[in-house]
Amino acid sequence: MKRDAMLLVQALRDPASTRSLDAEGLTALIAMARAEQLIGTLAYRLADEAVPPKVADILSDARTNAEYQRRSALWEADCARRALADYPGKVVLLKGTAYVAAALQAGEGRHIGDLDIMVAREDLPQVEALLLKKGGWEWVKEDAYDDSYYRDHMHELPPLIHKERDRMIDVHHTILPLTARARPDAGAMLAEASAIKPVRPEPVEGRVARTRASTSSARTDQLCVLSPQDMVIHSAAHLFADGDLAGGLRNLWDIHCLLTEFDSANFWTELTNRAKHHQLTEPVARTARLGNHLYGTKIPKDWQRWNARDKWYIRRLTARDGWGRPTRKFICLIFYIRSHWLRMPPLMLARHLFTKWRKAKDKK
Amino acid sequence: VHEFRVQVGPAAFRIGSRWAQPVAQLASLYADYPKPDIADFTVRLDAPSMLRRFVRRQVAIDGDYMLPDAVPLPFGQALLAAEMGMNLQMALGWRRHLLLHASAVEREGRALIMTGLSGSGKSTLSALLGNRGWRFMGDEFVLLDLESGAAVPFPRLISLKNEAIGAMQATVLDGTFGPLMSGTPKGDIRHLVPPTDAIVRMAEPAQPALLLFPRFGYRGAVREVAPGENFMRMTQASTNYVALGEAGFKAMARFIQTVPARAIDYQNGDEAIALVEKLWERLA
Repeated sequence: MKRDAMLLVQALRDPASTRSLDAEGLTALIAMARAEQLIGTLAYRLADEAVPPKVADILSDARTNAEYQRRSALWEADCARRALADYPGKVVLLKGTAYVAAALQAGEGRHIGDLDIMVAREDLPQVEALLLKKGGWEWVKEDAYDDSYYRDHMHELPPLIHKERDRMIDVHHTILPLTARARPDAGAMLAEASAIKPVRPEPVEGRVARTRASTSSARTDQLCVLSPQDMVIHSAAHLFADGDLAGGLRNLWDIHCLLTEFDSANFWTELTNRAKHHQLTEPVARTARLGNHLYGTKIPKDWQRWNARDKWYIRRLTARDGWGRPTRKFICLIFYIRSHWLRMPPLMLARHLFTKWRKAKDKK
Repeated sequence: VHEFRVQVGPAAFRIGSRWAQPVAQLASLYADYPKPDIADFTVRLDAPSMLRRFVRRQVAIDGDYMLPDAVPLPFGQALLAAEMGMNLQMALGWRRHLLLHASAVEREGRALIMTGLSGSGKSTLSALLGNRGWRFMGDEFVLLDLESGAAVPFPRLISLKNEAIGAMQATVLDGTFGPLMSGTPKGDIRHLVPPTDAIVRMAEPAQPALLLFPRFGYRGAVREVAPGENFMRMTQASTNYVALGEAGFKAMARFIQTVPARAIDYQNGDEAIALVEKLWERLA
């Protein structure tokens, strides 16, 4: 049985490497890919590989499902656009929905759950009211502490869920919690965000699904995506400055695709400057290094300085066995604690945990 | 990890268990089924916490596809947990066919499909018919081929509930039954191994010829089901209709347009079987 998700990393990096896998190895690969929500991505990567018929069927199912997720994500984005038609500001699509809306490589086969959008912080009340009144979204849970915690300290509103479609929307006003040490410049991100062309779902020859521009739409400038640099920076911030790296292989694959697609003479200099401006130099550099190490992302020479701590990140990212189960519990716990440490100052963390603990006790 | 593999219709499962007992139960009940090498789906049976490995042991259902708030089952219901895990993988992950929550039996190459809510008796009826000259195709899912419209069998263990257990024990005297599990979320449950021909011929599809919506506990009656109502009910009975997009719509539309549908009410098995035979003769 395979010890960790390097098996999956290798298959994504070099699809031909799967030719040497036996039935055991292929079953393990599929279980890992599903657990890391990378099965759709893997299915597109292996689309031209000769694999056993059973594997071909499984991968074909995964492509069907990815196409469904893409269709649903674009539909949700369009529902948000219509609800916000009277809002004059930019509505920036983030993460998976942005990748498929902009027809980026990172969107190919990608798992997409919630709809993530970003608007200017001062406009939150207006956007929130429109989504509730015109869009048909409602609060997931009514809890005074959680609600005020989100509003005072987080980078997004408390999550909203749609009454009928059962889909969530996260409304961001910046890319990191307000309590985090880094203070990215959300205003600059919004200013640089550019309008997407209207898209409609259109599978090409049943295989690689792409989006194509159409000209018929009343307002075409409202839905935006971040600039290439900001897209990478947001993804890196999400991976290394916020969460506990659960599902990190997928986020890192996003970044690998973005860096590969955006690679050009000026790109890396601009990325350096932009990351510095957002106080996110270290997460961006680490992301690029790990992408290079795991997925073979092409990065400039001076970005390749190995950091002694990187190997712990790799052990965390690949903590998954051939049954799709999480492994290396202790390392994962350390990263979990780290994620809270990064998110808030110690005194605040203590207060937060105390409140949560007291509420859990009251519930009992 | 104790491991077990089984092929049911077109789907191959790998089941991993912390304990030997559930795997031994599965191995004996699925003894006549093929054992695949590459699995479509992985199901895992594990303790929900360290404590529940030892004290009042519990089984959590885990696998490739999971429900976020699935409740663990007591250890005595581990076999049920495995079956639920396999069903869950199909319901959430299968995209090769239009998947209908229905039972089916076959005669002369043509399929009778029965659908309805839990308690409608579709599972028991398929089991009864499977012992009276029909080939049992499945009591939980029917898979419709997206191109040909044929019904593909999924003959997993028959899941008998409450009164159906006694009724089937009286009918199938030489049947192989699993352990009786009482106090499950759905009452008493006992599994029955399908008839041999159902297992031997599990790769053999059949063209749908009649669709029934049975309802148990009402005075005998037959009602036509209009295409509009039929379509709405069947989209609700399918777990992957939306995900399949246009292919799903086409397969569903063809099914509704070509297969006659009736709702039947009945109060006991013999009455239901007489109704089914009569309708089959007239419509199929």
